[in-house]
Amino acid sequence: MSGSRRLLILGGIGLALWGMGYGLWYAVFAEHQALNGIGASLTTAFDAAASRDPGAAETAFSKYKEAKYIYDRQVDVHGHWIGLAMLLIVVGIAFDRVRFAERQKLVLACALLAGAAIFPLGVLLQTFDHGAIPRGIAILGSVLVIAALLVVTLGIAGREALSE
Amino acid sequence: MQPSTFAPLSARRLLVLGGIGLILVGMLFGDIFAVFVLHQNAARVGASLAAAAHAALAGDHAAVLANFRGVGAFLENRGTKVDTHVHMIDFGYLALLLAILQPWIAFEKKAKQGFAWLFLAGATLLPVGVFLIHYVGLASSPLQTIGWASIFADFGGLLVILATLGLLLGLVKYFRSHTPAHVKDGLFSDRSAAGRFLLAGGMVLVLTGFLHGAYYAGVDLYRHEALDSSILTEMAKAAAANDAGAVDRSLEAYGQLQGDKAVKIAAHAHIIEFGLLAMMLAFFQPYVRLRETWKIRWVYVLILGSVLLPVCVLMELRYGLVAGGLADFGGLLVILALLAMWIGILRYTGQLDSQAGEV
Repeated sequence: MSGSRRLLILGGIGLALWGMGYGLWYAVFAEHQALNGIGASLTTAFDAAASRDPGAAETAFSKYKEAKYIYDRQVDVHGHWIGLAMLLIVVGIAFDRVRFAERQKLVLACALLAGAAIFPLGVLLQTFDHGAIPRGIAILGSVLVIAALLVVTLGIAGREALSE
Repeated sequence: MQPSTFAPLSARRLLVLGGIGLILVGMLFGDIFAVFVLHQNAARVGASLAAAAHAALAGDHAAVLANFRGVGAFLENRGTKVDTHVHMIDFGYLALLLAILQPWIAFEKKAKQGFAWLFLAGATLLPVGVFLIHYVGLASSPLQTIGWASIFADFGGLLVILATLGLLLGLVKYFRSHTPAHVKDGLFSDRSAAGRFLLAGGMVLVLTGFLHGAYYAGVDLYRHEALDSSILTEMAKAAAANDAGAVDRSLEAYGQLQGDKAVKIAAHAHIIEFGLLAMMLAFFQPYVRLRETWKIRWVYVLILGSVLLPVCVLMELRYGLVAGGLADFGGLLVILALLAMWIGILRYTGQLDSQAGEV
């Protein structure tokens, strides 16, 4: 098996296990608490509105906004790590159909693996820091994955065209 | 094709048939959920939220709490059903991947078979446990926030992780051997028209989904998040100010926002999942014992359904039930094509087993 294929398949399985482990940790230790926090802040906000206390309602809504922001990203990270890992494995298995030289294929495999790992990582980092750096990491990861996959598709299409 | 790689109760056969079975059940569940539960549930969530806002308007604390308990219950009902649908399908995908990798897993047949059974047990237990969370709740649970259904679901997840980890060790063992045996597998060398079309079509679908996701993240995601919070804040402020008209306007805006978010995320997720499914099915085409013309026809049906569903889901807000119906029809096309391929694989196993019996 070529090095690029090995990198994609092993990297993909490693990433899938990492994503599943993260999901298991999240389900056991964080998800229920997060959902309770979201529900409680919403209830508090409307309860404050019923007491004609807009200040308390606004405070509760900012808690809701933060809790929802974190919850959405944590769930997205779990799904994206595993989804991208599966894509890496499938692309790895089909990698012998890509017409490029092994060196180029290794670069493509590295780009795919790096993108698949850092895109969800960037999203996860946004839960700690709302600044531009985590967002930039997520964008870089997604660009790497999309660009590499586009080149792989062209490589496979070229091979198919040649073989016809 | 080497029949030994697909022997009765071999890990590959268990994972292929079990994996496609999980995907089929997960998709059927998703279609039934979409038709009979999703929209009704969304309407109930909306109604409870409206009732909570009007209770706040009337200064009725008890009604606010009661309605939010209702919202929480409806959201949990919806969330657990979506999770059941997603996990069952994703475990099916993972089973197919592990099935493809079997020749590289350097364990004895018995060990591989054991891991395959462990995987399928966990992959069934987790979605069933998640589905039951809403109905079992915290009854007789030893924990404060997690009920028995959640505990069993988490245990199922652990089984899947252990099985995947075990198979990964087999793969590592293969790569660590001094001279790894060259794997000859008909699934990797197949270049049939059905396989090639599925692989190319799948990659295009995945890429389209990624581009749509990037567009959504760049244009809609942060706007939606800001709107979600600001509309709710306006709603509460209007309730505090006793302004019924503003509360109703906020409620309408909130409903539209949730609809817009839901269709965009669903379209993104479905087009990628269908693309990945098409790519994986490409490898199993040699096992599908159907006439070549029929294999191609089912591939067309699968790709057509894979495009129809996400496109129509995106158009649901504008064209309502017509688009929704067409989206469900797209899902049905994918299910039918997958079922046809599954039956084709079953026919192949029957042929192999009868040949083995004759010997």
